[in-house]
Amino acid sequence: MEKEIAGKMISVNNEGYLTNFSQWTKEVGEAIALENHIIMTPRHWEVIAYLQNEHKNNVALSIRKIGKSDVLDIKEFYALFPQGPLKTSTKIAGIPKPASCI
Amino acid sequence: MKKILILGAGTAGTMMANHLSHELDAKEWQIQIIDENEEHHYQPGYLFLPFEIYAPEDIIKRIEEFIPNGVELIKGSIDVISPKTNEVIMADGRILNYDILIIATGAKIAPEEIAGMKGSEWQKSVFDFYTFEGALALRNKLREWQGGKLLVHITEMPIKCPVAPLEFAFLADSFFKHKNMRDKVEISFVTPLSGAFTKPKATAALDHLLDEKHIKIEADFAIESVDNDKKVIVDYGGREVAFDLLVTVPTNKGDELLARSGMGDDLNFVPTHKATLQSLEYENIFVLGDASNIPASKAGSVAHFEAEILTQNIKHYIKGEPLAEEFDGHANCFVETGDGKALLIDFNYTHEPVEGTFPFPGIGPLRLMKESRINHMGKLAFRWIYWNMLLKGTHIPFVSSHMEEAGKNFN
Ligand SMILES: Cc1cc2nc3c(=O)[nH]c(=O)nc-3n(C[C@H](O)[C@H](O)[C@H](O)COP(=O)(O)OP(=O)(O)OC[C@H]3O[C@@H](n4cnc5c(N)ncnc54)[C@H](O)[C@@H]3O)c2cc1C
Repeated sequence: MEKEIAGKMISVNNEGYLTNFSQWTKEVGEAIALENHIIMTPRHWEVIAYLQNEHKNNVALSIRKIGKSDVLDIKEFYALFPQGPLKTSTKIAGIPKPASCI
Repeated sequence: MKKILILGAGTAGTMMANHLSHELDAKEWQIQIIDENEEHHYQPGYLFLPFEIYAPEDIIKRIEEFIPNGVELIKGSIDVISPKTNEVIMADGRILNYDILIIATGAKIAPEEIAGMKGSEWQKSVFDFYTFEGALALRNKLREWQGGKLLVHITEMPIKCPVAPLEFAFLADSFFKHKNMRDKVEISFVTPLSGAFTKPKATAALDHLLDEKHIKIEADFAIESVDNDKKVIVDYGGREVAFDLLVTVPTNKGDELLARSGMGDDLNFVPTHKATLQSLEYENIFVLGDASNIPASKAGSVAHFEAEILTQNIKHYIKGEPLAEEFDGHANCFVETGDGKALLIDFNYTHEPVEGTFPFPGIGPLRLMKESRINHMGKLAFRWIYWNMLLKGTHIPFVSSHMEEAGKNFN
């Protein structure tokens, strides 16, 4: 389905995750962040860039992986994106919600 | 004489030993299997041990009983695999060489991953039921427990049999009802997932059951530590949940041997091709059961479906033929829902758990995604099937290793 985000029509799934990354812009990310009560800072954008890069390299994202990365620890991840940081940050980053393992 | 070496004589390794001893020419191939334990445990039985539905003797047999004639069982602990020289080095220094290696060393709990989990309250008010010792200690605790806050908790995914913690919560509900003390026990299910299960459709059905049984769900909880003094678990966001009795499923990891061999991922699971079961790094190494990193459930039923396909692939590999890319992630499991009922769910890599009947389309007798007594009988019968058919590699009549699509309502 389509949703208006930052003044543009963007394709999203029923949970609000972008389905076409080429439609992502910083403004789109910023608007999604605001909906989730997050004000983006330069540090937030660093983390978003890291997540987008991991996704591009087909790395499956998990809280554990992020905790072991040298980009940030889990505590900071929660401080930046409170309540389900992986779900919120991937939505802002315009990448799919990480599939939880089965 | 060429050699196939199987590491681990648990569910998956034992099934492979049985399949291969039937399929390969004993004059050409020698089959060896290694394990450090004397006993084979029926791990699904750990779920029933704390509630005294099963006794220890129901779930333990000797490994030897299931190793076919013609397969050599080697006892001892494996130290390291040296994949470049095709050797396995044992803890006592013995060196075994191979032409084909099958890794089936399973997964085990690692409570030390979380600060305080294996602390002063371990096996006093903090328990696991994924080990025999844990399940037995919990049984003894439940005999005398007077009630309070019971948390059933998952540390992180993936875990073996991902529905087992939910089943534990359901069985606890009926256990305390029968003891006439349900009103003294507050049960909560604490999970890092956003709902009861990993697949949305099954989650909707299971969330409903939790609600019906007055089991509270604390979702999106990523545990950081267990505070043994305050008796609370704390998540990375600072959320605290109090307990009188914590039943946790700690982080599950592959055996340390894979870290020592430089062959595991960050949880010691071996990177494996999800459709052929060949190691991604070494073409003469195959991985079966819980030890691999494929995105399928870590379950005995999955290992059973995998073993049939891997047997074919080993034969292809020996003949120099291309491998069949056939494994579709098929899993089916009975979910005990308490009060003598169970439901059956059936899914694979691409299809979510579905409603319908199994194994005969439209007829059953088992009903997918609906609670029923016959499913419960099915779960209990599974133990018999496990000891008498599954381990021996007998093909279970009417059950295909691929997911059957007729008789199920996809949408
Ligand atoms: C509580 C619980 C409930 C479950 N319920 C179900 C269910 O209802 N249905 C279902 O299908 N599945 C269920 N399972 C999952 C099922 O038991 C496992 O998926 C299955 O046993 C996996 O088989 P495996 O051969 O990969 O590993 P295992 O059976 O664990 O075997 C691994 C073997 O390798 C040996 N080993 C490991 N490292 C070494 C070493 N370094 N040296 C020597 N030997 C070594 C071990 O001793 C062990 O014998 C459940 C599991 C648990 C814990």
